[in-house]
Amino acid sequence: MKIIADSGRCIGAGMCVLALGEVFDQSEEDGTVVLLDPDPPASMAGAVRRAVQLCPSGALSLAEGDRADGESDT
Amino acid sequence: MTEATTRPVTLPLTRERPFDPPDALGLWRDEDPIRPLAYPDGHQGWLVTGYAAARAILADPRFSTRIELLHTPLPQRAMQFRNTLRRPGFFLRLDPPDHTRYRRLLAGQFTVRRMKGLEPRIEEITRDHLDAMERAGAPTDLVQAFALPIPSLVICELLGVPYADREKFQRDSAVLLSLNSSVEQIEAAMKDLLDYLDDLVRRKRAEPDDDLVSGLATETDLTDEELAGVTTLLLIAGHETTANMLGLGTFALLRNPEQLAAVRDNPEAVDHAVEELLRYLTVIHIGPLRAALEDVEIDGRLIRAGESVTISVAAANRDPERFPEPDQLDVARPASGHLTFGHGIHQCLGQQLARTEMRIAYPALLRRFPGLRLAVPAEEIPMRTDMAIYGVHRLPVTW
Repeated sequence: MKIIADSGRCIGAGMCVLALGEVFDQSEEDGTVVLLDPDPPASMAGAVRRAVQLCPSGALSLAEGDRADGESDT
Repeated sequence: MTEATTRPVTLPLTRERPFDPPDALGLWRDEDPIRPLAYPDGHQGWLVTGYAAARAILADPRFSTRIELLHTPLPQRAMQFRNTLRRPGFFLRLDPPDHTRYRRLLAGQFTVRRMKGLEPRIEEITRDHLDAMERAGAPTDLVQAFALPIPSLVICELLGVPYADREKFQRDSAVLLSLNSSVEQIEAAMKDLLDYLDDLVRRKRAEPDDDLVSGLATETDLTDEELAGVTTLLLIAGHETTANMLGLGTFALLRNPEQLAAVRDNPEAVDHAVEELLRYLTVIHIGPLRAALEDVEIDGRLIRAGESVTISVAAANRDPERFPEPDQLDVARPASGHLTFGHGIHQCLGQQLARTEMRIAYPALLRRFPGLRLAVPAEEIPMRTDMAIYGVHRLPVTW
């Protein structure tokens, strides 16, 4: 799965870092999202989706063709 | 999407039980999560009590937070809305791009990493207050001895506001948050606080220190007036909210001994417990408020441009479609996703600070005083139904 972060929309709430600090970080400058790993392993899919869902400003999304999307139903 | 199917209601403020929002909100949420609300000034707008609708509206840029567009559901607050809250620097009441400018300047100061860096100092402050409680002996008012001073001192140090002046700003802040203050009282308190912080900002410009206000004064283009407004907002938000969570949260845990034991005895339970206490107690018990900038259809309801929306995050956080058995306090549940800090671009700037403070303070208190209990019957605890932020006025405890 590939994560897309729109730092222009980010408000620096830090929810993604709180949810999954291995993948997300915040800039020291303005608190906006920094992707430590834009393409995390499938084993993290659930946690990544939760982090994306928690984002208050809609700055995070998953790339199209994200295979992991279907996995959550199984 | 007919607007006339449901009769407009007025916002209920009376609680049947101290930890639960007014029962009417829950009934309405289950039958009609977006329903017409009659505002005291004659405006007809909306009351949102469902989780999904609340979250959608809070994230939707077609809803504004600008004070001049809002109607308030609280009869006593109408004049304050018009006169007092329209201040430079009150970015909570700005839409983008004006809001974005402030948020960008501040968000870097409240990151998860920075708040983690404050942990040793918050632990030290917590320890000092527990030591003082122990020295003074039981009984004591937990609000004055613990819940209020810890976040108050933390935000003072962070901002660079002298803690010695706390009586002044705590008094002004209490007047501003009281739902019973007159317009004159509110205006006087706001002027007093702004004058004080305006003076502080000038001093920081002249002699900058290693604190947030000095940083903003020297490294940004904020005017003195804007910076005094920002500091006012951060100072009030920074201590009133966490203070009430610590007081009310301790009260709730004392009434639920098994949950209390989990928080006290299991360090790994604390993160979940903090989220659950935030959800269950929702100290932001009124609002937030928004106004539609254009016609918006949500869940078959047409909210027209100009109409005000009161979003009850307290009711939304008890939505059974989002949180099973929502009226149970269950510190083991995964409660993240609650709306207590809001959602959308105005989601609480200081939420990671609040989390850090609560994660340290609750277990430290419960471990220091394993026999902690109420010193008066629970029914005698005075609840803050008369304040913009819910909680306890006093919490007499013994151990």
